[in-house]
Amino acid sequence: MSAHDAAIGTHEVGSTKLFATVWFWLLLLTGIEVFLAYLRLAPPLMLTILVGLSLIKAALIVSYFMHLRFERLGLFLLLIPAMVFCICMMLIMFFPDSLRVVGLGAH
Amino acid sequence: MSHTETEGIIESSWSGGRAPFAINSNKLGMWLFIVSDSLTFSALLVAYAYVRLANPDWPRPFEIWPAIAKSTLMTLILLSSSLTMVLGVGAAHRGDRKKTVKYLIWTMIFGLAFVVIHATEWYTLMTQEHVTPWSNPWGVPLFGGTFFGLTGLHMLHVTIGVVYLAVVAWGFKRDKYDATDVEVSGLYWHFVDLVWMFIFPLVYLMSVNLKG
Repeated sequence: MSAHDAAIGTHEVGSTKLFATVWFWLLLLTGIEVFLAYLRLAPPLMLTILVGLSLIKAALIVSYFMHLRFERLGLFLLLIPAMVFCICMMLIMFFPDSLRVVGLGAH
Repeated sequence: MSHTETEGIIESSWSGGRAPFAINSNKLGMWLFIVSDSLTFSALLVAYAYVRLANPDWPRPFEIWPAIAKSTLMTLILLSSSLTMVLGVGAAHRGDRKKTVKYLIWTMIFGLAFVVIHATEWYTLMTQEHVTPWSNPWGVPLFGGTFFGLTGLHMLHVTIGVVYLAVVAWGFKRDKYDATDVEVSGLYWHFVDLVWMFIFPLVYLMSVNLKG
């Protein structure tokens, strides 16, 4: 194996038990989301909670299933901050205007 | 690794001939594709969330049985497919070809089950409730536009994913592809799973009909 191959490496990280645990937590969070649907929450609050829970699920999938937690920090810095920034730019347009309608007392 | 060796790598990481992120170029390419694709889905989801919140008369057509039960089952199926995929990648890195192909086939079966259940749901919506991408009985055409747009693009991703996995499994079995190729296809598959983790709560759980 050359130095180049060694630098890339084939890292097998994470045991079956770890992945099964992550899978279980993802199912649990999905269960909580479905339970929330029974509570008749106001749409803005419901949306906020659901997106929050989904972000936790996304973080679990990206960190463990997609191995990002075990990659170099540089890869994380290359991919995630720019993506989060772009999504925040979309949200800046979204929040004030759609919530203005909610503020009119339509709900 | 000694101190001087480490220094050498840091100094020349960006001078060519090395992998600065310690991954293959095809894996980096897939990651970059995933970031750009996630922004496509983000734009659609943000647009959907905007009209959903801004519209107090948004229809709530999804009854607990069968729509929510069905979509929860679909979530379970997709999450399980991610588990078999990650176990397949592990088997590929251990060099266990038989087991890898077995896990990939399970992943494809779960993916196909997802598409079939989703397609029957579309069919019911279109034929029995007369919801199309352009019109619906509740007079909110945006409902159909966002629903079919989001779930349709996702379903297309799942379908492409099943074909992609089939090609990788076939090639891996015949030694045409190596473990990294399996891992890269796994990245794509997990991303498809991840997108559903947003579509399911935002599209379905935000529009549950509790009276039904």
